[in-house]
Amino acid sequence: MARKQSRFGVSRRSFVGGAGALSVGLAGFPAILGAQAKAVKVGLIHPVTGFVAYNGQQSRLGATMAIEDVNKAGGVKSMGGAKLEALLGDSQSKVEVGVSEVEKMNEAGASAFIGCFQSPVGIAATQAAAKYNTPFLIDVGASDQLVRRGLKNVFRLKPGFGKCVDDGIAALGAINKGAGSPAKSAVIVHESGEFGTGTAKLLAGKLPSIGIEAKELIPHDNPTRSFDNIALRIRSMAPDIVMMSNYGNEYMLLARTLFQQKVELKGMFSVLGGGFNYKFVKDMPDVSQFMMDTNHWFNPRSEASQALKKRVEAGGALFTFEVYLSYTNVMLLADALERAQSADKEKLIAALAASTFKAELMPYGPTKFVDGQNEGGLPAVMQSLKGEIEVISPEQFASAKAVFPRPKFT
Amino acid sequence: MSADIVFAGVVNGLMAGGVYVLVAVGLTLIYGVLHIINFAHGSLLMLAMYAVYFLFRKPLGLDPYAALPLVTAGAFAFAYLLYRGVIGRFAHGKDENILLITLGLSIVADNAALFFFTGDTQTIDVSYAGRFLQLGPALIPLPKLVSFLASLLICALLGLWMAFTDTGKAIRAVAKERQGARLVGIDVENIFAIAYGIGIACLGAAACLLMPFFYVSPSSGHAFVLIAFTTVVLGGMGSFAGALIGGLLIGIVESLGGLRFGEQLGQIAIPLVFILVLLLRPTGLFGGR
Repeated sequence: MARKQSRFGVSRRSFVGGAGALSVGLAGFPAILGAQAKAVKVGLIHPVTGFVAYNGQQSRLGATMAIEDVNKAGGVKSMGGAKLEALLGDSQSKVEVGVSEVEKMNEAGASAFIGCFQSPVGIAATQAAAKYNTPFLIDVGASDQLVRRGLKNVFRLKPGFGKCVDDGIAALGAINKGAGSPAKSAVIVHESGEFGTGTAKLLAGKLPSIGIEAKELIPHDNPTRSFDNIALRIRSMAPDIVMMSNYGNEYMLLARTLFQQKVELKGMFSVLGGGFNYKFVKDMPDVSQFMMDTNHWFNPRSEASQALKKRVEAGGALFTFEVYLSYTNVMLLADALERAQSADKEKLIAALAASTFKAELMPYGPTKFVDGQNEGGLPAVMQSLKGEIEVISPEQFASAKAVFPRPKFT
Repeated sequence: MSADIVFAGVVNGLMAGGVYVLVAVGLTLIYGVLHIINFAHGSLLMLAMYAVYFLFRKPLGLDPYAALPLVTAGAFAFAYLLYRGVIGRFAHGKDENILLITLGLSIVADNAALFFFTGDTQTIDVSYAGRFLQLGPALIPLPKLVSFLASLLICALLGLWMAFTDTGKAIRAVAKERQGARLVGIDVENIFAIAYGIGIACLGAAACLLMPFFYVSPSSGHAFVLIAFTTVVLGGMGSFAGALIGGLLIGIVESLGGLRFGEQLGQIAIPLVFILVLLLRPTGLFGGR
């Protein structure tokens, strides 16, 4: 009996056999390919819209540039050259949206998260990520609460505000002492969220140790339309120093109001001042003149940081701290993936916890995480002088000597 | 609080109130004629502020005060065309549609600004920013004094224009009785567009007066919207005099509230005024029944 042929000339039996062989091939082959090239999804959660949108966009810029660089350099080599794939998230500057981004990205298969700029968003988002045991790298986020809740999945490379306040206060104390201790009192103006309130309380607690009394803590909302009345109160209290702890817009507005209202001070000092950057200093050289800030700063002696600065500026952006911190965090993650040889969350967390990553762009020592906080991080104290940002402390990075007390308006 | 501080606080409040007046006059005019709340008010203020910023930047280098006629006229033309081309066309004669369209425009404008201008905060640094006038214990920065006086002048001119010109009379006629206005031959749709244009032109002027001491970012216009709504309700919806007195009053209440109760708790004074007006005089200080 002749075999029944289909109209294409292939028997049913050979078709089934062929299809079976093909499916085995298809099932097996991608498994090998996938092991070589399966991308590692990294959730980037930043506030790219809302009242701190600029900062979020800068963070995203740094992180995506780093991902591009890792991939161009051949991806994660120990994982067969696996590429990093960015999942872009927008927290909209809102806590609940940050959390929902974690949930969405978890569904999409995120192996790690990087974010969130605002501390309250970071606190909630890291907690959401902890449910899935997903590593969460805090690129920017000042509150020490971020790393003090015993969450094993949270890592922060940069120093927190505890360290920044300690170093900033010590530097201010040295500067004041060097000038004959003219400053004896301060008023602290801070935004009313976790970042501003937390920093202000820490500052107020530490100031007496350098012989300066905190006369008053003045909170304000975001956004604030006018600082006229705060300037009025400051003038009536006549402090020697105004300390500021607020986000970019209010930082700039307060500085400008104090300048316009001619409030006489011996100095203006901030720790993690949200608005102290190249743009502020270039756009308002008179307003920013002699203002001091303790903040994250790149290592000016590092060739890698100078090269990245050139690339960022060539693209029309500013080389702000968000850019190099987010960039460095992606590199930290890539290094951990390399050592873990896997995107498995347990292995990745273990690799991060044991990391000795050298943050090339930053003036940091080798990374050493203790309960998620890198002990090797170091802030710098800067001063705006003639439209330039000069490092005035620590001495090994200083590019200028501090001007303190500042000259009077009159 | 010493008398000096209170005096300086009142002066600060009046200066802030000047700008609130100008933002609120535009809102109240649009409400008075079109009977809708313009939800795009904050976003259009933001766009006008960006216009001032870009005119100030090189190569044009136009001072914000010198740019005032240009930005005001530009804002009028933009809003007039926006009404004729989008709002009026898709409203199909229904007020609630206008409400939704302005809300939609607001979302589009905010996100377009974010896309084209990024979320970066932009400021302008004018040479006279540091000058000031001393009035007893109060120091009034020159840009704030200029904005206060210019706001009052613009309001007065607008009031005179509304009272004595044919177009002004036509706007008032449409505001009172649009069917009757149509019957006597007034082109009501054109008057709607003109009223919307003038309302937004006020924002153009406000943007020029604000920029020497404020900043612009895609969300900066909204900082003034709640204040403008409160001002309009306090003064009486659709009332010019109400927007003027209401704006100044809100400025003073906000300032003294901030001084007495602190900048955070002091903010409660504004919604408190809002609630009190709604309870005791729902039509506002100068609103008709």
